[in-house]
Amino acid sequence: MSATGFGAALPRRRIEILPAMTPVIVALVAAPFVGSASTFVTLTAAGLAMGMMIFTMASGLTLVFGMMDVLNFGHGAFIALGAYVATLVFLPLAGWSASDSVALNLAVFLLAIVAAALVCGALGWVFERLIVKPVYGQHLRQILATIGGSIIAEQLMYAFWGPDQIPLSVPKTLEGSFVFGEAAIEKYRVLATLVGLVVFAGEMLILNRTKIGLLIRAGVENREMVEALGYRIDRLFIGVFMAGSALAGLGGAMMALYRGQVHATIGGEFLVLCFIVIIIGGLGSVGGSFVASILVALIANYAGFLAPKLALVSNILAMVVVLLWRPRGLYPVSGR
Amino acid sequence: MTLLSGDPPRGRALQVLVALIVLALMLAPFLFPGAKALNTAAKTCVMILLVASYDVLLGYTGIVSFAHVMFFGVGAYGVGLALYGLSASWGALALGLVCAFILSLALALAIGLFSLRVQSIFFAMVTLAVAYAFNVLASQLSDLTGGEDGRSFKIPEILQPGFKWLDHPILGVQANGKLLAYYLVFVVAAAAFLVLLRVVNSPFGRVLQAIRENPFRAEALGYRIVFHRTLATCISALGATLAGALSALWLRYVGPDTALSFSIQVDVLVMVVVGGMGSLYGAIVGAALFVVAESYLQDLMGALANVAADARLPMLPGLFDPHRWLLWLGLAFVLAVYFAPLGIVGALKPAEGKGRPAG
Repeated sequence: MSATGFGAALPRRRIEILPAMTPVIVALVAAPFVGSASTFVTLTAAGLAMGMMIFTMASGLTLVFGMMDVLNFGHGAFIALGAYVATLVFLPLAGWSASDSVALNLAVFLLAIVAAALVCGALGWVFERLIVKPVYGQHLRQILATIGGSIIAEQLMYAFWGPDQIPLSVPKTLEGSFVFGEAAIEKYRVLATLVGLVVFAGEMLILNRTKIGLLIRAGVENREMVEALGYRIDRLFIGVFMAGSALAGLGGAMMALYRGQVHATIGGEFLVLCFIVIIIGGLGSVGGSFVASILVALIANYAGFLAPKLALVSNILAMVVVLLWRPRGLYPVSGR
Repeated sequence: MTLLSGDPPRGRALQVLVALIVLALMLAPFLFPGAKALNTAAKTCVMILLVASYDVLLGYTGIVSFAHVMFFGVGAYGVGLALYGLSASWGALALGLVCAFILSLALALAIGLFSLRVQSIFFAMVTLAVAYAFNVLASQLSDLTGGEDGRSFKIPEILQPGFKWLDHPILGVQANGKLLAYYLVFVVAAAAFLVLLRVVNSPFGRVLQAIRENPFRAEALGYRIVFHRTLATCISALGATLAGALSALWLRYVGPDTALSFSIQVDVLVMVVVGGMGSLYGAIVGAALFVVAESYLQDLMGALANVAADARLPMLPGLFDPHRWLLWLGLAFVLAVYFAPLGIVGALKPAEGKGRPAG
């Protein structure tokens, strides 16, 4: 808790710059080692796109944890579900996806990610009511219940979509790369970065400029006080949980397109990454998870290029280093 | 009583159940002939040790770790790689085991000291990340570990199926190395289980339970929480390492699927919760039930799926597909978390015994 004096106008909360600059610092340090400028641009662009997709998945998780102290191990199931829902849109609309029209291509892409978000949001409500609600405030049982929920969800997905990988390719005009000089940047990565930025901007606007956002931020800082002021925090929380699930689905759909295939194991894989990101970012902080997503993705990309073996554990190393520097993450949330 | 550290199973039903399982495992080669049955029995023994060591952490100390299978893998790979790289001798086996113990201890200490100072929820996330990285590392460093294919290796001669130590069969069972190997697994698992039982019933174990129930109060009474939690992590890691070594020795193979995969971790969680957290006998019941379900629930579900398919019911054939058996265990798991936090052991306890809330 920061000490603020009474009487005088509240000072604007200072936002520390240094943690936000860490991705830039990493990029600057990595640049001389990478050598060629075109490779560096390609790597950095790929890292940004990956970071945006990870952020889309992780921001919901961090808000849910920040507000209600719920660590949702079922989050990965929504990531996988979003990916599967995308196939439901893409496979029937294969004609749109294969056409040369940019408008139709973009339409099918937007339709797929919106459908993924909506379905995951709706099922997020079911998940919250059935799995999470009975065990609020009990960490151990919460972890167990959400893991059980994710086992069931994963098995149901296998039952509906089968155990095999489903191929999924990006629409025709989104394939290929923009080429600047010698640097090639995949078009889809640019699109993913844009979607991620829109999500981030939207979240920041809602959190900082609306009443709902004010209540959510207040809830993260001090849940009981918000309740004492007469707001139904449980309803607020269902909303945040659904939004978090929807974002997970959106991120999952984008990642599945990026990968070119869908399988339920995508959930567990990115859940781990999401945890690393929200720990680095500071549990409960959306801005922190934004910075951390980019940081983690950039480090993974540079390490993958410079020392492939090291890349496997680069996430963990990044987490350890950040926590040694700032034990509660880049942007710690007070009261936590 | 001294053998059980003064903590026998409570309640007649549980006593009978545990006695039946232990007897069945003790006499498995003679009761259930055939290689598959013996494999199932050996797997049960290994799982009981693995689950019991996990329960020390989850049920007794109230810490959720996702790195338990990592320690299992360290044990399996330690023994496996030593036998593969050096020679099929007892010396190599011992060396591999000692190295595995040291590595496990170092990892457990590092993870514990790094993350147990803060909330236990943090520990859950950190262990998940570390275990995941370890898994990837093991499958990528293929020069050392054999990658996805793993390593097959020879074990000391007297444990090999070809080794005959008596010319005539005992009670109709070949007196070969396989029988010796089974009893090695059984005896070591049983001894380790009794040691764990001793640990949780020692004053140290009582402090762990106090920490689980109320960390602040335990700290106020003068117990160093970080020390106790870290030590519990180490003990549990050593148990898992030993279980991994036994598993590798029995399978004569070590690979990511049998030693490190995250699905084993999920299985272990299901076994602990369904069997009963906070009682080591829950490990026996849970592991036995799980292994039996894995083998026989699938047959039942296959039959149900056929019935449903014949009746042309929508969806049901998919849900009863034998590969979806984990779905039903997952349901049982969630229901157990809600309605029977102490699992089967808690349900079988006599009414006057005080229930311990978990969580």
